[in-house]
Amino acid sequence: MVCKLCGPKLSLCGLVLSVWGVIQLTLMGVFYHFKAVALLEDLPLEESAAGEEETLETFIANVEHGYMQNALNCWIAALLYFVTLVVSGHQFWMNNRSSVSM
Amino acid sequence: MGSLFRSEEMTLCQLFLQSEAAYACVSELGELGLVQFRDLNPDVNAFQRKFVNEVRRCDEMERKLRYLEKEIRRDGIPMLEIPGECPEAPQPREMIDLEATFEKLENELREVNQNAEALKRNYLELTELKHILRKTQVFFDEHEGGANTTESMTRALISDDPNRHMGQVQLGFVAGVILRERIPAFERMLWRACRGNVFLRQAEIDTPLEDPSSSDQVYKSVFIIFFQGDQLKTRVKKICEGFRATLYPCPEAPADRREMAMGVMTRIEDLNTVLGQTQDHRHRVLVAAAKNIKNWFVKVRKIKAIYHTLNLFNLDVTQKCLIAECWVPVLDMETIQLALRRGTERSGSSVPPILNRMETLEDPPTYNRTNKFTGAFQNLINAYGVATYREVNPAPYTIITFPFLFAVMFGDLGHGALMAAFGFWMCYKEKPLQAKKIDSEIWNIFFGGRYIIFLMGLFSMYTGLIYNDIFSKSLNIFGSSWRNNYNVSTLRENRMLQLNPDSDDYIQTPYPFGIDPVWQLAEANKIIFMNAYKMKISIIIGVFHMLFGVCLSLWNHIYFKRRISIYVEFVPQIVFLTLLFFYMVLLMFIKWTSYGATPGHFGSDDPEIVKSSAYCAPSILITFINMMLFKTDANPRPQCEETMFAGQLVFQKLFVIVALLCVPVLLFGKPYFVMKEQKERASQGAQPLEAAAENGSAGGAPVPASQHHDEDITEVFIHQAIHTIEYVLSSVSHTASYLRLWALSLAHAQLAEVAWNMLLRKGLMSLGYEGGVFLYVVFAGWAAISISILVLMEGLSAFLHTLRLHWVEFQSKFYAGEGYLFQPFSFEVILDSAGQTEE
Repeated sequence: MVCKLCGPKLSLCGLVLSVWGVIQLTLMGVFYHFKAVALLEDLPLEESAAGEEETLETFIANVEHGYMQNALNCWIAALLYFVTLVVSGHQFWMNNRSSVSM
Repeated sequence: MGSLFRSEEMTLCQLFLQSEAAYACVSELGELGLVQFRDLNPDVNAFQRKFVNEVRRCDEMERKLRYLEKEIRRDGIPMLEIPGECPEAPQPREMIDLEATFEKLENELREVNQNAEALKRNYLELTELKHILRKTQVFFDEHEGGANTTESMTRALISDDPNRHMGQVQLGFVAGVILRERIPAFERMLWRACRGNVFLRQAEIDTPLEDPSSSDQVYKSVFIIFFQGDQLKTRVKKICEGFRATLYPCPEAPADRREMAMGVMTRIEDLNTVLGQTQDHRHRVLVAAAKNIKNWFVKVRKIKAIYHTLNLFNLDVTQKCLIAECWVPVLDMETIQLALRRGTERSGSSVPPILNRMETLEDPPTYNRTNKFTGAFQNLINAYGVATYREVNPAPYTIITFPFLFAVMFGDLGHGALMAAFGFWMCYKEKPLQAKKIDSEIWNIFFGGRYIIFLMGLFSMYTGLIYNDIFSKSLNIFGSSWRNNYNVSTLRENRMLQLNPDSDDYIQTPYPFGIDPVWQLAEANKIIFMNAYKMKISIIIGVFHMLFGVCLSLWNHIYFKRRISIYVEFVPQIVFLTLLFFYMVLLMFIKWTSYGATPGHFGSDDPEIVKSSAYCAPSILITFINMMLFKTDANPRPQCEETMFAGQLVFQKLFVIVALLCVPVLLFGKPYFVMKEQKERASQGAQPLEAAAENGSAGGAPVPASQHHDEDITEVFIHQAIHTIEYVLSSVSHTASYLRLWALSLAHAQLAEVAWNMLLRKGLMSLGYEGGVFLYVVFAGWAAISISILVLMEGLSAFLHTLRLHWVEFQSKFYAGEGYLFQPFSFEVILDSAGQTEE
């Protein structure tokens, strides 16, 4: 893996963003998993089917489904950021190495 | 022991140095950096000073070094930083050695450069010739192809004379090279001047050629001009000269051309070798110089600084010793004596230097001994005004109040964490980052304030926990104190429902630390609730900050022995502020504690309970306004008491009257005492007065004439009137000004909410697993907005407002700020500033 995809600044940006992304998205996933009320407004809720009254049970089921879905989505995004972290870190290390060995 | 509480005690000293020891002593003092010299020869021209020759030699050496540095930079050779300590200033006799070295290096380099230029010019000519020989092959082929096949070429040259037979026309030609940009104009000029009787062919040279003098890469073209006759030849040659085209002799016969081409190739190869060797030699010279050049720069700058300082000295009548006057911190006299002794020992002189304290009426400079942490805060204060000599220094309190007021405006756990992380990284990697010497000015501003940024971040995390705000979401750490008691049908039918604290909806014990997380869900009245809280907090903090400022003025009055000012300025100021605004703060606390729900009797109609319920809490603002205007409103709520505590109206009337009485005391107190004092002095006759004047505002020097006294009195009156009006008005306006703490924190919270709702929420609304990838992208955008707008822009804004609050609202209560900075003769400072001007 010798290719240099980006310069030192972009790799540093990517590194910082990835670290932040991993930490925050993992925590958000955990909070969604524990059904935190603060995140109630950030749920994907299905619109009730036309004509059918939405009972409390279906609403609660939708909410819980939304929480689980978002928790998984957050963790998927955190995983993607982890990959970005590895790539950026590698690029950053390569950039540093080439500038030092000069 | 010096401290940050007030500036250091300074004394004016006279320094007697023996001429031989002077250089070494000044060098030691420069390393120490604790002495500020005064110019004892202010009327003397720079060219008439004693050491002007040495300074000139130093300038010459610096010029040579700068030339060397430019050449080194041009070749891209890295210059080694100075390992370890800075070199000391060399002895005067070493200066000659240095001069010789630099002279030799400069001459060598200039010679090499000249040779290289000549070689390059040669090379360029040969290259152009090579291109000409190659390209003109094509032209000649066409020419020799016969007039019949190339009609277009000869048509223009055929005269209208029908007698001339259409055989081959004998054409002369010139060949040369010209810049590509000039070809169109060249062609046109040729056409017009020669009346269309010359023929130009041109071909572009693909590779750019290096111009020897400017080292630019330029594109050129080969051209060949065919003409008939000598007159045209001269004309063509003149035009070529005018357009700065270089003409080359090009043989007609192809065999000759081939021979010439081969000769040119060999010569080009030879030249390449020679050029390569010249460049190598130059490179070697520069690399050898690059190892020491930083060292040399430091030495030369130090020598120059020493001679500049020596120029400020006075030469004694006997021509044996130099006299200097300098400001010196009293606590450092020992250190300076030691340094002087070291200097005399180094120079081998026998006579010890003498350091004498002098009495003076001048104002000494202000010197605050700071380290890398406190220095940043001291700079913030000094930016507005340097403290008067021995005045109370606001810097130590600023270390805490500045980050705290910033945090009140910035309160967000997430953004504070980002800021604290950035500040921590800068402080942790201090030494390597400093060694890098990065050029960017913005970076230097951030790096210089790294401790401030770190503290601001930490404090913002604290206020973020209090406001319970992390990226606009609340954390539920301890469990909310509010409960939902509605049944399912009510919940289904209403979009918005209210929870009443005067009922079982609130469990009557508050959330242990910070704002209850339930408020995040209260989109209808969260802002109204937070407004009430934040505005009161802002006023409370503001009043305390200002009271603290007024109290600091007490220390100033005591130190400068202005006893009258204590009674006539400090006491009325404190009384005025306390009786009016601290009373308002007390009302806020009373309102918070006296009115609330009574557990067990929720919603009761019992008049006693109603009187202590939240329904009866009065508006502090209306109360305050009525207090100041001495009026009472009709009671709009008959079940409620009109006052918050017994005797409130009496107290309020008393407070306002006493506060108003403070104003004439402020206005006339001091001038009255000044007048009394001057009458006493006049009645006692012309007696020598103490230097410690009791009335600072009337000026320091005692004047016997009574006329001056009258002028002083009017000035004192006007001065005092201005101060009084300023203080009274500012007590209202500055108190209101602290409401910016509320305004900015509201803005920050709302911006964070908008960023989350409009941006990050879009990534959280997907029903399937592709939401993960979408969230990945949206998060990056939200992070960018958060950093750029919320951290950088809001951070800058809050920083600015905090600074203003300190400079205007806090410092106007006690700070005079009319001093000047102590600028000691220090090599460190000189080398730093020289290094910066270089960039």
